[in-house]
Amino acid sequence: MIIHHPILGPRDAQEFVYLGDASLMDRPDGMTAGIEEFHEYLYQRGNPAGEHRELWYHEQGDRSWLVVTRNTVTHEITKVELARDVARAKGRSK
Amino acid sequence: MTQSHRISGGQVDRTKTVRFTFDGIPYQGHPGDTLASALLANGVRLMGRSFKYHRPRGPISSGSEEPNALVELRTGGRQEPNTRATVVELFEGLDARSQNRWPSLRFDAMGINDRFSTFFAAGFYYKTFMWPKSFWEKIYEPIIRRAAGLGSVTRQEDPDEYDKGFLHCDLLVIGAGPAGLMAALTAGRAGKRVILADEDFRLGGRLNAETHAVGQASGADWAVAAVAELAAMPNVRLMTRTTVMGAFDHGIYGAVERVSDHLPVPAKGKPRQVLWRIYAGKAILAGGATERPIAFENNDRPGVMLAGALRAYANRWGVKAGERVAVFTNNDDGLRTATDLMARGVDVVAVIDSREGGELIPGVRHLRGAEVIDSSGKLGLKTITVRQSNGKTEDIRVDALGVSGGWNPNVNVHSHHRSRPVYDAGIAAFVPGEDGPPGLSVTGAAAGVLSTHGALRTGRDAAMAALGLTGAAPDLPEAEDAPVRVSPLWFVHHGKGRAWIDQQNDVTVKDVKLAHKENFTSVEHLKRYTTLGMATDQGKTGNVLGLAVMAELTGRSIPETGTTIYRPPYTPVAMGTLAGRSRGKEFKPFRLTPSHHWAKEQGAVFVEVGNWLRTQWVPKAGETEWRQSVDREVLATRKSVGICDVTTLGKIDIQGTDAGEFLNRVYANTFSTLAVGKCRYGLMLREDGIVFDDGTTARMGENEYVMTTTTANAVTVFRHLEFCRQVLWPEMDVQLISTTEAWAQFSVAGPNARKLLEKVVDQDISDASFPYMGAANITVCGGLRARLFRISFSGELAYEIAVPTRYGDALLREMLARGAEFDPIVYGTEALGVMRIEKGHVAGGELNGQSTALNMGLGKMVSKKKDSIGMVLSQREGMVQEDGYRLVGVKPVDPKAALTAGSHFLEKGAAAVAANDGGWLTSKVYSPHLGCDIALGYLKGGDKKIGQRMRIVNLLAGLDTEVEIISPHMFDPEGERLRG
Amino acid sequence: MADALKAMTAFGLREPKQVKIGALSIKELTDVALASVAARKGRMADLSRAAAAAGLPLPGPSTHAPGDPYSSFWVAPEMWLVEAPFASHELIADMLRAALGDGASVTEQTDAWVGFDLTADDLTALMQRLCNVDFAMAPDGHATRTVMEHLGVYLIKRGKGAARVYGPRSSAESLLHAVEAAAVALA
Repeated sequence: MIIHHPILGPRDAQEFVYLGDASLMDRPDGMTAGIEEFHEYLYQRGNPAGEHRELWYHEQGDRSWLVVTRNTVTHEITKVELARDVARAKGRSK
Repeated sequence: MTQSHRISGGQVDRTKTVRFTFDGIPYQGHPGDTLASALLANGVRLMGRSFKYHRPRGPISSGSEEPNALVELRTGGRQEPNTRATVVELFEGLDARSQNRWPSLRFDAMGINDRFSTFFAAGFYYKTFMWPKSFWEKIYEPIIRRAAGLGSVTRQEDPDEYDKGFLHCDLLVIGAGPAGLMAALTAGRAGKRVILADEDFRLGGRLNAETHAVGQASGADWAVAAVAELAAMPNVRLMTRTTVMGAFDHGIYGAVERVSDHLPVPAKGKPRQVLWRIYAGKAILAGGATERPIAFENNDRPGVMLAGALRAYANRWGVKAGERVAVFTNNDDGLRTATDLMARGVDVVAVIDSREGGELIPGVRHLRGAEVIDSSGKLGLKTITVRQSNGKTEDIRVDALGVSGGWNPNVNVHSHHRSRPVYDAGIAAFVPGEDGPPGLSVTGAAAGVLSTHGALRTGRDAAMAALGLTGAAPDLPEAEDAPVRVSPLWFVHHGKGRAWIDQQNDVTVKDVKLAHKENFTSVEHLKRYTTLGMATDQGKTGNVLGLAVMAELTGRSIPETGTTIYRPPYTPVAMGTLAGRSRGKEFKPFRLTPSHHWAKEQGAVFVEVGNWLRTQWVPKAGETEWRQSVDREVLATRKSVGICDVTTLGKIDIQGTDAGEFLNRVYANTFSTLAVGKCRYGLMLREDGIVFDDGTTARMGENEYVMTTTTANAVTVFRHLEFCRQVLWPEMDVQLISTTEAWAQFSVAGPNARKLLEKVVDQDISDASFPYMGAANITVCGGLRARLFRISFSGELAYEIAVPTRYGDALLREMLARGAEFDPIVYGTEALGVMRIEKGHVAGGELNGQSTALNMGLGKMVSKKKDSIGMVLSQREGMVQEDGYRLVGVKPVDPKAALTAGSHFLEKGAAAVAANDGGWLTSKVYSPHLGCDIALGYLKGGDKKIGQRMRIVNLLAGLDTEVEIISPHMFDPEGERLRG
Repeated sequence: MADALKAMTAFGLREPKQVKIGALSIKELTDVALASVAARKGRMADLSRAAAAAGLPLPGPSTHAPGDPYSSFWVAPEMWLVEAPFASHELIADMLRAALGDGASVTEQTDAWVGFDLTADDLTALMQRLCNVDFAMAPDGHATRTVMEHLGVYLIKRGKGAARVYGPRSSAESLLHAVEAAAVALA
């Protein structure tokens, strides 16, 4: 596959490491959330046949974490964003 | 030897002779020949025995679709089974042998299988060898394997090299027939970067096999001119002997270039083959079409061939496949074989045309509405039996029969993303369907456009469209544009004999009927039940035939019946090609430590740790057994001082105003309180609460930290930290960079560690100025920048000292020289392991990805006063059980008894069954201090069992030993030495 | 620096490795000091000012910018790898820290890498065997991370026939072997 890196342009997916569902960025605050909430966060994922937002790490590149929107059936990639930008837009901070 | 069947014409170089052998018999051919064409030229048509029935077989095709003429090439490490004689380029000295026969090809003892064919029908494995079960592995399978099979693999290592590579282009054209050449010309003339790849060694595709004119020239000559024009373009790369074997995602194609297969041995240093990964903006599949046979009884005899192949052998190679030839066809294209052969003076005795009416070919006996119903000839075709339209049967003496059932477009690559081909009744074949790989278009015969003009036109138009070219389209040369006239005929209804569909796997019409009878009617079931299309040729000639027969049996239409899924590779790819250079010692890169060259001089023994080669121990003269070296290294370190290269530990430079808080979050224990100039042991959890990694982290400045990780997790910890930094807490001011390789780091341990270091360190490192857990930037040997950390893995007074890597070797030599009075030794990973186990420090066996801090006896390190990765989920009920696993030390009651890692804890008197399992030993060493084996292990409720006696049981090793459960801190439990 | 301690190359030698295979010349670099420079969060403007004053170029993505004494190339968002002559800049990290102030995180990287300068008439065919970079189409000064025989490296194109490769120092022998094997296959 080819991932169109927002900064570096088209790069072979071989250069990346896959993590999984982009919802992994929605980590609860450990000082306020309990076991149930963390359990939901860590283990409960959708497994869609179709569009899926997922985290990829450009390990053999610029070390950016990306959010890739990929169709799990056709492998078509419709959007690639820097995960840091997505996280900030969601209000994640320090 | 004379080439008895060589006729005039063709594209072989008759001025040169190539000598080769087949089954030890010498023959001659010419450059430009394939093994098959050269053998046929010499009158040899028996080339192999079939898979199951050991039927005599000859080639049916002239290309890569060949199911029958499989031979073994070369000898020794280069021996290569199952090579298609039809694509083997002849070279001087080629040594080819038939396979799957004993004692000889002409007399094959296993030919007896043919007599018992009823036992070998589809599904016979499943039915016949079911009982008794115990017979399968020892009796049935070996017999079947010997009886049924193809070539044999060599047991020797392949001496050749295989390369990999990467290519980029605007347009990849797959296949260099008329469509591919015209597409490449169109794109090349427009200045686009073009790759034109073809599996053949001669470009031109079917133009080389036909007598059609293209423009003013013969098709073959037009191809030569087109290739010359393309070769002169710097933006075009022509790749002959290159099979595009698969379409992968997003315009990536795999291609195998056979660089040296046509040479006796590759030139020195040259690869045998190159596996290319091609990044193509757009691609055009111009892979042509494959002719399919018509199944009739005993249609597998040597001499029965595809009509197009007979024509190709005559036109391209100047070879007649027989003295008396007949053609059996259901379409006009088959008639071309008769006319072409007659034009070359070959005796065509009959054309058997299954269709009624239509034009008759002059000058030949042209039977309309007739079918070939049987054949005879033990080792090759002698007669065919023809049933005429009036029902009369007649035997006709022929030694070659060309069969044409129509042409199947080679849709394979277009279907590699599961696109289903669609049936085109006009040509009675499947053509590419919708939803092919994005960016791939199909042209010419591969698209079902079977005329030469159609190929040229669609090739040009596809290139224009794919690349969005807007200029004037190149003119097309004139070429034939004959319509396809075919009347489907899949198999001849006659008698009870066997009519072959898949010749390589010996699948007959009967087998398809059996599958139908037993309700395996879906094509995917048909395939698995009968093995149709599962041989090395993947059913290129047989699949459509098989499914058409099934369609007829079920009464479904052919489109309803459908095709099986097409998958890469298009033709077989050798494992060695896929491995490339990654084999043997080059399987993966090595990483060498800064002390590697010193250690090598000393005769050190190395161990692979990940990619690293680490010193395992350093034998001294007279030491004959590894334990002697390791015991000495341990004792000498604990007695005076030892040095160990610990460069392999991951080192990550962490800077930024939020670095302290960042460490608080990624470590379970607190780091924000760490003072500048100090280091601390850190425990890193995964979010699920399991221990991920551990190591020490030092605060080198207000906003500067150096983290160490275990050797194994250096890469994954870095990845995790980047995730935390970028994704979880994107506003933190934290910068990361790996410095693992930048610093050569040595552990200096033992009572005399400080005294030795004082010989090289420029600063005061007394206990008062540099206490336990100190960290500092220092200088050594008169000014070289260095780092010093007072940390200990061995339990001794110990330091880790680091200098820029280029000085690492010199620092080690300097420490050994200047500290000679302390008899320093260098110890390896074994002694390191002994000392850490004596101290109860966790490492690989304990950091097993299943264990919590609590399991390790480090539960109190998980701070609940701050948020950190894994903190919350480490408190889950199942992970905080009172009687859960706890790390314990173990020693045998009998000091002479041996322990084995992986052994299990059992109470005395308990049966060795899973229900009684108390846990297991994670690591074991011999402790020269305690004078016995010691071990660490996870024991249920282990913290409450200290002092108790249990058994250690290992049924595999035959071990059942009484042990004492002790504290994991087995040596200097109060830690007095490290603070000394 | 410290006369008592003699530096060793990544190959355990005193002199840089030099290999010629056909038209290709491979020369190990031992005279380049390296440091990483990363902007502290929200401090890019400060870093840019300080870098400009220090004569340190901070080029955009996929780019190498030459300079004297400092050259540099982009490695990650707001992060660069800086090159300078080793003889004058062995203490490159200290020098950059002093020049750039607290708007940057600076880390010595000199010995984290082994560098090779590759020269030939045209390196395209060699690069096709080594990595997935479209070397022919890349502009001069193109700098990218890529993979050569399982090793993560930085590749800097300096012309059709000139390139610099930085790979992990501990794998210097494996990296050189990979380049040599590809070169022999093409020679």
